[in-house]
Amino acid sequence: MVSPTPIPMPETALTITGLTVAYGSVPVVATVSARFPKGSMTAVIGPNGAGKSTLLKAALGLIPAVTGDVRAFGQPVAKAMPRIAYVPQRAAVDWEFPARVIDVVQMGLYRKTGLLRRMTPGLKAQAMACLTRLGMQDFADRQIGALSGGQQQRVFLARALAQEADLMILDEPFAGVDAATESTIISVLHGLRSEGKTVIAVHHDLSTVPAYFDRVLLMNRRVIAEGATQSTFRRTLVAEAYGNTLLTAIPA
Amino acid sequence: MTDALLHALLFQGGYNAALVSLGAALLGLAAGAVGAFTTLRRRALTSDAMAHATLPGIGLAFLVMAAAGGDGRNLIGLLIGAGLSAALGLFWLQRLTDRTRLTEDAATGAILSSFYGAGIVILTVIQNLSLGRPAGLEGFLLGSTAGMLMSDALLIAGGGAVILALLVILRRALAMTAFDPSHARMMGVNTRAADMALLLLTLACVLLGLRVVGLIMIVALLITPALTARLWSDRVGVVALMAGAIGAVAGHLGAALSLVLPDLPTGPAIVLITFAAFLLSALFAPGRGLIARALARARLSTSVRT
Repeated sequence: MVSPTPIPMPETALTITGLTVAYGSVPVVATVSARFPKGSMTAVIGPNGAGKSTLLKAALGLIPAVTGDVRAFGQPVAKAMPRIAYVPQRAAVDWEFPARVIDVVQMGLYRKTGLLRRMTPGLKAQAMACLTRLGMQDFADRQIGALSGGQQQRVFLARALAQEADLMILDEPFAGVDAATESTIISVLHGLRSEGKTVIAVHHDLSTVPAYFDRVLLMNRRVIAEGATQSTFRRTLVAEAYGNTLLTAIPA
Repeated sequence: MTDALLHALLFQGGYNAALVSLGAALLGLAAGAVGAFTTLRRRALTSDAMAHATLPGIGLAFLVMAAAGGDGRNLIGLLIGAGLSAALGLFWLQRLTDRTRLTEDAATGAILSSFYGAGIVILTVIQNLSLGRPAGLEGFLLGSTAGMLMSDALLIAGGGAVILALLVILRRALAMTAFDPSHARMMGVNTRAADMALLLLTLACVLLGLRVVGLIMIVALLITPALTARLWSDRVGVVALMAGAIGAVAGHLGAALSLVLPDLPTGPAIVLITFAAFLLSALFAPGRGLIARALARARLSTSVRT
């Protein structure tokens, strides 16, 4: 039953095949396979401990995987790394570190400066433009520890924007941020999508999934469902992932 | 005495004394600047374990050199022994942390104390051997500029300059690795190499500091200037420069003091000066100092009340 002419596949930004990750001998991500088409915006959803952050970190090679193959833009991830930006959870770094907001954003330009090259006026302007895109231009000289949680999240996103990546992966970008920050961040992310970039985000607020994302990866250690939000974000599937049926706000 | 101190400070205490002072200042500059990154990467205690782990190597190197018929006190020979022994300590520290349930701080304590204990035993054995004259290795515990040769001072000054040059080259990679290692790796920084380089730079400071500051106190010359500078600036580059400056002043002043008061070991003198700088900064630094914070609180409470 093989069709004579292969169906053209939309180009894929990230392909995960059979990825398994274990902490000690306990598998937290079990043979997960998923495709993220170019230009799509995908929410990775599932209950606490479902392995969402772990999946993305392992896909990026930040933590070791037991088995599995991950490709970005058709290449091994390590090779495609210059085209990928990652926004970690805010708690991942020490905010008492002696750096100003603009210093952190400029770290996103390291591929252009390397060890020794000067931070030229052009590069400084680029970093500043990324801050402005997130409404943080007035905080450029502020010490990062003096920021609110939402402002810290915006600084991280500005650092990722400075990388000019084609694939943006975010770990809970909306955790603990206020409504104003959330709407700033989502409009920046939608802007990236309209530029043809690919966005993947671990997401917790089920009520905003249909409005924010066009695709969903529903998982609980393994993949429950994957696909367009309309067909995948359904009550029975979500209930299967979360293990209960109290999800009345979700379309059946 | 004040006259003699002034002379020593102004490099006029004789050629040798001037070199010792200059060497101590360069050592302080290098250790302060490297220490800024060591503390930010949370390796402060590791550097202390490293320093204590040099002692068995110093003793064994002395024995080997003396047995070979040479001068057991040759500084380069002793430093090679110290470096090998510290590297062994670091290797075991890594193994203990990776392969046992010991946490890093516990493993650090275990390595620090057992290597130091072994070193003291070896030093005692050396003292009880009849080698004709005293080995003088106790100077490595608390630091001593007495009997320092010009070649020693030149070695320290030259080593300090090399360390500083490497630090200037690596500063961006080291800062990014310290702030967010995952991001640094994704940006193409070889974080393993950066961490290894930082460890080696720290080890180099420890080795160069053995003669002047002594292995017990060298950790203070790495950490205290960094903590002090942190009170004055929010930029990693400025913190490193200031820490280096504080270390240089403390090194210079401490060496001069110890030249004038020959009974005062150099290490404690230098460490007390860095601590004085920290105390003054903790009180008076704008923004983060205790006084500035108390004033800010007082202003706020009056403005709230009215």
